Order: sequence, then structure tokens, then C-alpha cells
Amino acid sequence: MNILVCLKQTFDTEARIVLEDGRIKEDGVQFVINPYDEYAVEEAIALKERFDGVVTVISIGPARVDEAVRTALAMGADEAVIVDDPAAFGDEFTASTVLAATIKSRPYDLILAGNQAVDDGSGQVALRTAELLGIAHIGVVTKLSVEDGRVTAERDAEGDTEIVEAALPVMVTAQQGLNEPRYPSLIGIRKAAKKPVERLTLADLGLSAETVAPRAQIVETFLPPAKGSGRVLEGDTAARVAELVSELRQTSKVL
Amino acid sequence: MADRERGGAFFVAGTSPEEIFTPEDFTDEHKMIAKTTLDFVEGEVLPVADQLEHQDWELTQRLLRKAGELGLLASDVPEAYEGLALDKVSSSLIGEAMSHAGSFALSHGAHVGIGSLPIIFFGTDEQKKKYLPDLASGAKFAAYALTEPGSGSDALGARTTAKLSADGKSYILNGQKQYITNSAFADVFIVYAKIDGEHFSAFIVERGYPGVSTGPEEKKMGIKASSTRPLILEDVHVPVENLLGEKGRGHVIAFNILNIGRYKLAVGAVGGSKVALQTAVKYAKTREQFKQPIANFPLIQGKIADMQTKLFVAETIAYRTTGAIDAALTEVDLTGEKGGQVAAKAIAEFAIECSINKVFGSEMLDFVVDEGVQIHGGAGFIQDYPIERMYRDSRINRIFEGTNEINRLLIPGTLLKMAMKGEVALLQAAGQVQSELLGMIEPADEQAPLGKEVHAVEMTRKLFLAVGGMAVQTYGQKIEREQEVLANLADIGIALYAMESVLLRAQKAAQSNKGDAALQSDMVQLFVAQTFPQVELLARDTVAVMQEGDDLKMSLAMVRKLTKYTPTNTVALKRRIAKRVLEAEQYLA
Repeated sequence: MNILVCLKQTFDTEARIVLEDGRIKEDGVQFVINPYDEYAVEEAIALKERFDGVVTVISIGPARVDEAVRTALAMGADEAVIVDDPAAFGDEFTASTVLAATIKSRPYDLILAGNQAVDDGSGQVALRTAELLGIAHIGVVTKLSVEDGRVTAERDAEGDTEIVEAALPVMVTAQQGLNEPRYPSLIGIRKAAKKPVERLTLADLGLSAETVAPRAQIVETFLPPAKGSGRVLEGDTAARVAELVSELRQTSKVL
Repeated sequence: MADRERGGAFFVAGTSPEEIFTPEDFTDEHKMIAKTTLDFVEGEVLPVADQLEHQDWELTQRLLRKAGELGLLASDVPEAYEGLALDKVSSSLIGEAMSHAGSFALSHGAHVGIGSLPIIFFGTDEQKKKYLPDLASGAKFAAYALTEPGSGSDALGARTTAKLSADGKSYILNGQKQYITNSAFADVFIVYAKIDGEHFSAFIVERGYPGVSTGPEEKKMGIKASSTRPLILEDVHVPVENLLGEKGRGHVIAFNILNIGRYKLAVGAVGGSKVALQTAVKYAKTREQFKQPIANFPLIQGKIADMQTKLFVAETIAYRTTGAIDAALTEVDLTGEKGGQVAAKAIAEFAIECSINKVFGSEMLDFVVDEGVQIHGGAGFIQDYPIERMYRDSRINRIFEGTNEINRLLIPGTLLKMAMKGEVALLQAAGQVQSELLGMIEPADEQAPLGKEVHAVEMTRKLFLAVGGMAVQTYGQKIEREQEVLANLADIGIALYAMESVLLRAQKAAQSNKGDAALQSDMVQLFVAQTFPQVELLARDTVAVMQEGDDLKMSLAMVRKLTKYTPTNTVALKRRIAKRVLEAEQYLA
């Protein structure tokens, strides 16, 4: 079974976000595998352990991405592809176009990815990639079983669980709860150093900077406003409700 | 590295930045090993830290086994015995990361360190085959039993005896050991006893042997998540094949194991201090007084800068020594039955550096947790705040693995022995300094980057050689009795190694564009500004012990000549350093 895992390296979830000249500062920040992608890696390795096969990790990003990819290899993935080309770092359109081009030429039965990245949180890339590849996708999966060329997945659906079946090949995106990712063992870390990592540019994929240029433009980046102190409403219940409704309407404008 | 660092060589000559190992040299593999260990600590140990603190030994063993599954018990075990045989930087990084787990780190450290290493270094092939695979996987746990009620620092004064049985098949051990880490659950104890009350020797003693028992848990001030009990040996028949090393050569094992225990203690202190600093910084940023976070106040910032800087020094020397040991180990053949002993000998070359690390690391940790409590104010005195535990946990570090007093005596003591054996060209260097002192001393180039600091390091080296030379001339063989003089010399030596190491690290960072060169430069300036005047004081005091009248006046003039130094604006440095730590909310370099 050939399993591909789309992996993004993101800020550590506990990293402090600092803006400098309207951009997010990367200096001194700890980078990790996007936690949802980590579930995808774990699921892929667990499936490989059951069915045999090859797990290939695919990532887009600069040299630092190597660390995240090596971690996935140390967990048990077999090989990796990194598209390291500044023109490949763009929006969801760019990422899915580049991923689809990378995947197109490779054999695969199953593609796994996180349901979203914790940094920009769009939740689009994996699904758009599946669309570009012309395969089915099941998103936000909390349980996955593979049997006789078919997958059965349980997915979060607005608080309920939906059970979905599909034939391979299929794209599945992982939600928290799918599994408990393993720690890379020291033996795994040692083996990872010798596993193949292929580095590609857009040209290698037959793409150009123009064809993958981002469609979205970041107009402004800003931190959420500091949280002010709360206010306790006074008076009897009716008065408090009335005041609350009026506050929600006029001050916070959520109603 | 073209030429590797030699043990003790820093006393006689400087070295270039490229020749020392620094944390900026960590490989990706090193970083991943540290990350796996930290993830294990954060994911598995910290969530149950409270339970561990209440001495749930089943849980301790479960976690150790889990660590074993990840390979975290196997780093020092040779591959031939199902270990990973990683370099010492890797095992130091594991030790450092483990110490984020509070005193669970001691259960781990005692097992992989003093518990397993005697067999790794001095075991026969049979002994290694029998014990090491289980110790590496976590199927069995080890402990180390040297101390007795009547013998602590004077380890060779042990009263535990071993007597060959009538049939010649076993040694019969009798006696009591004290303060044995992991004793609640260890399966294997390395026990020191005197054969016929005379020949100090080491034995591998299994818990299951009849006559082996442990006493009650000690009620300790800190490190409560680690088990500490007496080990009682009553007519224990230990098979003769479990004699470890040669009869009467137990001291060789004991001293070699202590060397490693010492630099490992230092990396543990570095890990513990990083947590304490982070805890204190976060508290200082949230605690408000006078309508603002106390982190805004310069005196709090000064503490944070001092904590960060001392930590930087301790980290730098710990990994300089570890890296130097690794370089020495690559030169020798570690295969074969004697491979372990060869390794121990290679490590013993750095006995002085190990002692320096032990002293500096443990005193740095005490400083950091103490200021950590101070930053917490009253809350630091309350058990609900983790800094309170860190403060209690720290204190033992100045005591075990050789008290800091013993280690201070060892620094000049070992150096003299190395000089006698021709391993360090101490006498030649001391002679040269004496003649140099008659001439002009080139002043510091204050325009060059870190020029003052470069000069201070060189002058400290000269002072050590001059004062040390004077002490040897004054006391000759009887210098051993002059503990105060020896301790002063040790402190000058520690200052030298510490200042030189951070200077070289900062220079290397600036050259290689790795690490935070600007911050490192600030910390070097601050540390030298705080340390060099201490060196002057120590030198003056020591000279005044040995001389009087005109001789003393001449010697003090010599000290003055070597200690010319323009004071630095330490306030500006501290504010800059603190700003960076407060932004990062953690140690950085």
C-alpha cells in the first residue's frame, strides 16, 4: 500500500506571535509538524505496519522544513519529498497546485493530511489537492479503517458523527482523536538520517512561478486586541437580560 | 576539529574558538533526540508529576520502561549489548531534557549513569551480556551503592565486607549502604565492599539474592520523586563471577564513575535551571505591583539577566567538556572487552573539567532557584508554586557526586598529579609566567570586540599559574594540608575555564553566524565584569596567606599588574539581556 502524507511545518502551538513591520517574526521560534498532520503521519505508519507498503511524506517549505520531515521519518515514514522553492510558498491555491503536481506522477492508494494547519487554519489545501487530482476526499476524520480497497471513516459533522465509505484512492484529513501520535524513538531518529529525502523546485514539477502565483493577497496582519476586564451586570434578572441584549447588539454587535 | 582539546590544557594555554564544542554545534540528530526526550517528559511525566512526588514507585518504573521503549535508557550501552552507543553529547542532551521532569530525572539518571555505567565500563563480556540488554530496555533497573553511614566523602573508608565462601564460589557480603537512589525498585545494585576487610572492590548484587533488603524511605528535603533508602546486606552470597573489575581495584571504578556523574550532574543543573528561569520570567510578567508587571522593574530584570547569564556559562562549559570527551573517545578503540576501560580512561583525562562543571553547575542552579523564589515573593514560599519544589530539589546537588568542597580540592590536586605525570606542562608554563611578569604586560585592546574580555581571560590564566606556582614553591608536598589555598586556586581555575569557554563560544557564534552572537557577547561582558574582580580578590587573599612584608608587597604589585581592568556598564548589559529573555519568556543563546 502506498500512502502519501501531506505535511506542513508550523509554529509550535505555544510559540509567541510577534509582529514586526506587519509580518510575523520567525526568529527564535520553535517549529513543529502541524499537529493535525502529525495524526496523519501516525495513521499512515500504523496502516503501513498493518498492510505493508511505503509511506512518503510530502512538504512544501524552506530548508527548515527538513527538521519536521526528519521527525516524520524518525516516527516511521519511509521517504520524503520537499518542494523547496520560494515561488512555491504562497496561498492555498499555490500549495494545492504544487502538491497535486508533486503527487500526480507518483503511485498512491491513500493520501492523508491534517484537516487544517494551526497557523493559517484554512482547512482548504488537502481538499483542493484532492479535487485537482480528481479523487474523492473525506475531511475531519476521527476514525479510519481500510479493508479490501475501501475505507470507512468516521467524521465530525457539526457535533454528530457521520460514517462515510469510499473506494481507494482517496484523500482523508485527520482530526484530533484519530490516534495518539508516537514519539520518534532514538533508533528511529538514527534510521531517519539515512532515509531518502528528495528536494524539488517548481521547474522539476513542470510548473512556473506564474502558474502557481497566489490568488489571495494578505492586506494586513494584526494581533487580536488585548482582552479588557469584564463587567458584572447588576439589578434583577429582567433588567440584566435587557442590558445584556442591548450590549450584545450595540457594543459587541454580535446580534 | 583539527586538534582535539586535551584535559587540563586550558590552565597553561589558550585555544581557538573552532577547537571547542558549543551548543551551536548540535547536529539535527542531537536536536531530535533532545526533542523526543522533552516530548516524553511533557507528554508522559509532567502530567503525573504530583503522583511521582508522592512516591508511586510502580508509576516510576512504568515511565522508565516507557523511556526504555524510546531508547532513552540505551544511549551509553554498546551496540553489541543491544544499546545505541550514542555520543556523550546525545546522552547529555537526554539528561538535560530529562531534568525538566523534576526529580524523576534522578531515577532515570541513577539508572543510566552510576547504575549501568560500572558494568558498561568495567564488566566482563559475560556480565555485560547478562545485564546490559535488560538495563538498556528497562526490563531491569540499576542502583549504585557506595556511601555508608560512616563513609561519605571518604569512600574508601567503607566498612562493608566481602569474604570468599569456603567452596570458593561466592563472596559473602555484610554491611549497610546509605542514601541509595532507586533502592525501592532497583533489580541490580553496584555495591562496594572490602574483601577480607582490606581490598576495596565492586560487586554486582541482585535484589533477589537472599540477605538483600532495603530500609525505609528517607524523608528528604527535596527530590522526593526519587527513591532513597538504605541497602542492607546480611550474609549475601554473591557469585564470584559478579565481582566487577579486579579485586582491590574498586576505587578505579568508583572514581571513574564519579567523573561522569559530575558532568552529567552539570547538564542536569542546566536543564533544571532553564525550567526555573522560564517559571520565574512568566511569573514576573503576570505578577502586578504598583499597577504594572514586576518584570518592568530594573531590579527584577537584573535578576533575570544574572540567571540567564550564569545559565549560559554553565551550559557552555558543560557542553564544552562533553564535546571534548566525545573527541577523545573517537581516538580510541572502544571495541572488545577492554573497550569500556579504555573509554573510562579517556574520560578520566577530563576529571578536572568534570569537577569544575559539578561545582559551577550546582552553584548556578542554587543561584537560579533562589532568585526564582525571590522573584515569586511570598508565593515562592508556598508549595502550590513549582518554584518552591525546584528550590528544595536544587540543594542536594552541591552535596552528592562529591561535595563541592571535595571537588574544589580535587581541581588543583588532580592538576598537580597530571603535571607530575607530564600530562600538562604546568611547571614550564608557571616558569614562563614568572619571567613574563618581570617585563611589560601588554594592555587590553579595548577597541577590539570583546578585547577587554580576551585580556581578562589571559590574565586569569597567568594569575592562576603565578599564584599556583607560588603555592607549590611555598608548601611543596604539604600543599594538601592547605585546603583554603587549594580551594582559592580551584575558584580561580573555575573562573578561568568559565570565562574562557563563554568567550570562545561567543567568538565562534560571531564567526559562524550561528546562535545569538549579540546576546552572547553581552553575557560574556557581564560575566567577566562580575568574575574578573573576584579573581583579583582571590589572588590577593591567597598571596597574603603565603607571604608578608616586602615579598607580599611585590607580589601584590604583580597581581595589580595583571588585573588592570576598566569597569563595564553592567546595568546597561543587564537591561539588554533581560529584555531578550522577557521577550522570549525562556532561556536563549
